[in-house]
Amino acid sequence: MNPIPVDAIKSTLSDARLQNAIYSSTARLMDKRAHAIAPDAIDDFQGLRTQANAIKRHAIDNLDYYLEQLEQNVIARGGKVVWCRDAGEAIQFVLQLSREKGVKRIVKSKSMTTEEIDLNEHLEHGGIEVVETDLGEYILQLAHEKPYHIVAPALHKTRYDVADIFTETLKVERVEEPEQQTQVARRVLREKFITADLGITGANFLIADSGAIVLVENEGNARLSSSAPRIQIAIAGLEKIIPRAQDLATFLKVLGRSATGQPLTVYTSFLSGPRRPGEIDGPEEFYLVLMDNGRTRLLADEGKRQSLYCIRCGACLNHCPVYRKIGGHNYPWVYSGPIGAIISPQFHGVTQDPWLPFASSLCGACSEVCPVKIDIPQVLLELRADITHAKRKEGAGQWERRAFRLFSYVMRRPRLYEMAAAMASSVFPGSRGAWLRSLPRLLRLPPVMGWLSHRDLPPPPERSFRALWRERQRAKGGN
Amino acid sequence: MSAREEILTRIRASLGRANSTGAPAGLPPSRIVIPDVPLERRIEKFTAALEKLNGKVHRASSRDDARDYVERLLHGRTAVTSNAPFVAECGVLTLPNVKPGGSDPLPLRGMCATLDAGITSADYALSDTGSLVMLSSNEEARMVSLLPPLHVALVPLDRLLTGLDELYSILPVPSDRTSSMVFITGPSRTADIEQILVRGVHGPGEIHVVLV
Repeated sequence: MNPIPVDAIKSTLSDARLQNAIYSSTARLMDKRAHAIAPDAIDDFQGLRTQANAIKRHAIDNLDYYLEQLEQNVIARGGKVVWCRDAGEAIQFVLQLSREKGVKRIVKSKSMTTEEIDLNEHLEHGGIEVVETDLGEYILQLAHEKPYHIVAPALHKTRYDVADIFTETLKVERVEEPEQQTQVARRVLREKFITADLGITGANFLIADSGAIVLVENEGNARLSSSAPRIQIAIAGLEKIIPRAQDLATFLKVLGRSATGQPLTVYTSFLSGPRRPGEIDGPEEFYLVLMDNGRTRLLADEGKRQSLYCIRCGACLNHCPVYRKIGGHNYPWVYSGPIGAIISPQFHGVTQDPWLPFASSLCGACSEVCPVKIDIPQVLLELRADITHAKRKEGAGQWERRAFRLFSYVMRRPRLYEMAAAMASSVFPGSRGAWLRSLPRLLRLPPVMGWLSHRDLPPPPERSFRALWRERQRAKGGN
Repeated sequence: MSAREEILTRIRASLGRANSTGAPAGLPPSRIVIPDVPLERRIEKFTAALEKLNGKVHRASSRDDARDYVERLLHGRTAVTSNAPFVAECGVLTLPNVKPGGSDPLPLRGMCATLDAGITSADYALSDTGSLVMLSSNEEARMVSLLPPLHVALVPLDRLLTGLDELYSILPVPSDRTSSMVFITGPSRTADIEQILVRGVHGPGEIHVVLV
């Protein structure tokens, strides 16, 4: 059971530069999204969300059928499908194929699924060079860090950080303009693309009726990773499935707009199998890795199953008041923000980071912007209930339960309530702002203390509402 | 039990059924709405959408006009062309410093990696978003629109569709036609460093579409 990383969070909160970076980046993404979904920019955006939700619900409720259909269609187009129960099997497959095919260098395009299984570290241990090619991911790979945000991985780095990282690791002349830095990355990575034997991509969508994967990006690195090397592997969580290519007319319209406010990202690739006879270029071999790694566990719970609808747009992060303060690295897993708060406990078990679903004000901004309408606050509440049940089994939370039992007893008895209220207002009168905190240390029991560290109750007024009401009624001549 | 069988068994157990139940009922109909937009309006929308992304659009009155535009644009820069018949029909191959890419992948890649521009046609264009739709084939290689810093596409006007909905009604299963369908919407870009927009990351930083 991991405790809440209080010190790390405090250090994020007190870092003014970082606070500014998170705040301004997420604000810009929110603003772009708002413009892109306005009625003058697109017809019936809400109708598209409703449709996207209905399709995802249907696909997940019939996951077995659509996965088998997908597999059949990938094979029919000359590709191979590799089913992996967990991270270990996926890593093993890539390592083994690399050895069989004499692969020395791998280029990779951005993929949260491969972050989830720490693929790069494992491949490097296996003696294979693996290069991230998305600019943000490349910066983080050189700095040995994890992504800070689902769509903007290096959101926390300034151009000066990037200058430091590039000069130190690439031994290039120091440049501080993002334009020049991008050119440095283009030059270094172009060489890697041309000489790599294997390209690894993720998949934004898996299309059952077409046996295809869809990649959405802006830089061109996913196109290069999937087209330049002689072998392509796409690694995808099995929940990425949608039934028909025609459903992309819905999903592509909501994904780019929700993520970065783009009607379409610069490149959208729809890929199915290796290069065909007659086609000039493209990979000679195509493998699709379908990874479970805990996803079927989520499927069992009907209420929380909707967590699998996520299309990883990052909008819930940008709009979350918690993410916007604590940033991405204080969440326990690569998936941060509201979506991370609901999927991490379901993948790892609720007792691993029991504080996580409670780190929310349940304001609902996340579900309001979610393009597939996941009811994130509802799932958070269900997870809180699961955690409380799990704790009860271990005998924890007794004081809290007793306190609430006493509270409910008093609240249901008007006389007793009035007595208690009268007593309360006589305790430390005039200690405004820090009323309970001024109580003797004796009363600072651990659960109460935790609660009081961030808030307090206002001191009760000298005369209660009930007393005032009675006086008023008497003055009117009532009872 | 193989991983495949075990995963499918887990899924069915989680969904509360023992066996495969065949094609499921209740799939919502796809949401395809194709508005009737006159050609002139489609051209306007395409131009506005692409220019907003810093792409350039030229409306050519004839194939000769298209060729002249490409000549002025290249201004001596080197270029490789795809095998699309329309590119040849426009006479682009008669221009100085323009070489045909051919169908041999290795030499083609070498040209794409060293020359200044890639000249292609496009199978379709989408006016809503200013996108080109490129299907990989014996006419169009993947690399010509990807490796050179400048991409020029010559597109006959009758290939200009309204948007995604119309495209997916024409190609309901794109993989029946090709292993790779790519939408190109503006120049390659990133905002990964301080959210500052930079064009020309791995793909072309400059894109010109000539509507003929």
